[in-house]
Amino acid sequence: MAGETLTTSGYIQHHLTNLTYGLNPETGEWEFAASASEAAAMGFWSINVDSMAWSIGLGAIFLLLFIKAGRSATSGQPGPFQNFIEMIIEGIEEQVLSVFDHKNDLVAPLALTIFVWVFLMNLMDLVPVDWIPELALLAGVPYMKIVPSTDPNITMAMALSVFALVIYYSIKCKGLGGFLSELSFHPFPVSKYTAPFLLPINFILELVTLIAKPVSLGLRLFGNMYAGEMIFILIAVMFSANLALAILGGALQWAWAVFHVLIITLQAFLFSVLSVVYLSQAHDADEH
Amino acid sequence: MNINLTLLGQSITFGIFVWFCMRFAWPPIKAMMAERQEAIASGLRAAQDAEERLAKAASDVDEEISQAKAEAAKIIEAARTQSAQMIDEAKNAAKEEADRILESAKSDIDQEMNRARETLRRELSGLVISGAEQVLQESIDAGKHEALLEQLAGEL
Repeated sequence: MAGETLTTSGYIQHHLTNLTYGLNPETGEWEFAASASEAAAMGFWSINVDSMAWSIGLGAIFLLLFIKAGRSATSGQPGPFQNFIEMIIEGIEEQVLSVFDHKNDLVAPLALTIFVWVFLMNLMDLVPVDWIPELALLAGVPYMKIVPSTDPNITMAMALSVFALVIYYSIKCKGLGGFLSELSFHPFPVSKYTAPFLLPINFILELVTLIAKPVSLGLRLFGNMYAGEMIFILIAVMFSANLALAILGGALQWAWAVFHVLIITLQAFLFSVLSVVYLSQAHDADEH
Repeated sequence: MNINLTLLGQSITFGIFVWFCMRFAWPPIKAMMAERQEAIASGLRAAQDAEERLAKAASDVDEEISQAKAEAAKIIEAARTQSAQMIDEAKNAAKEEADRILESAKSDIDQEMNRARETLRRELSGLVISGAEQVLQESIDAGKHEALLEQLAGEL
């Protein structure tokens, strides 16, 4: 537990703060931020070391698993591990085929990477909230947030990467003019007389729709995971109150974890499928 | 919860991981799955072929069996007539043999009878002569009467 000296709000605050490394404007040195306000003061040119480390570690686990599966794969009778990997791959491919009907070798591996990686990141949410931060404290690390998908930097980075691909394929498949005209001639039909008036309105409306895609994509995942983590933390606070509340908290934690298993899978799946849908729209040259 | 360099870091990481996945993870697994699909398909085809061949073999076997049965029936029929014929022949041969044996036995008996008759005749004639000798109480020229006795014996 968080220890008697910490207040409840301090405990929660501690669990929601990233381990940030950056230039501290007060001391003028590159160092780990000692508090949330210090981290905020570092501004953009700082990095959340814990988010990056867990995210890269989990991504590496994903790649190792799948590359190992590919190495040891046999076209004969598959073992349980290979079966499991193939099940994931076939599930993803089926989803991609049902949504995306263009020729693109990137999309299916992209969907697979997003799904498994995001799932693994979300899965860290099921690790009891105190274990790793307390271990980190013992090791002298002040903050340790182990669920990378509760860091908006991580989710937005992935959403913006997908968005960059969407822009790239939109321009590649439709041409810059085609892409811009797609933005300008909707949703209001434009005629010769209304053009000067309606074109900007259309463009602004479509631009908002376009930008809403990555924002909603990234913030949906962040919001779900952040809220889930928050509830785990609030339940953990109950443990330090009294015995009755602690028992209730145990039951609640179990129930929430069961429910959360659904949420993390669903969110990983949503992120992956929506990315494919956006990319599919980018490829659809003529959807009017 | 500040937007900072992590955004860039994660974007770069994301790109690298997606590229790795596309380059090293996805293709070998897909290739292997396609390979297995092909193996299963060809296995199914082979199974179907085997099934067809089995059905054909079964009908062939039926045909062979009925042919063999017909052949066997023919052979049995032939054997039956042949055995009947052989039995007939054997019967005839036995009958002939029996007749022949009977015949020779009859002739043997005849010969034996004649010989016995001859012997009897001679003995009788001897007895008659000795009887006559005794009756006459005198020697009778045996040589003289031999011819007479022979004649007598022939008349018996």
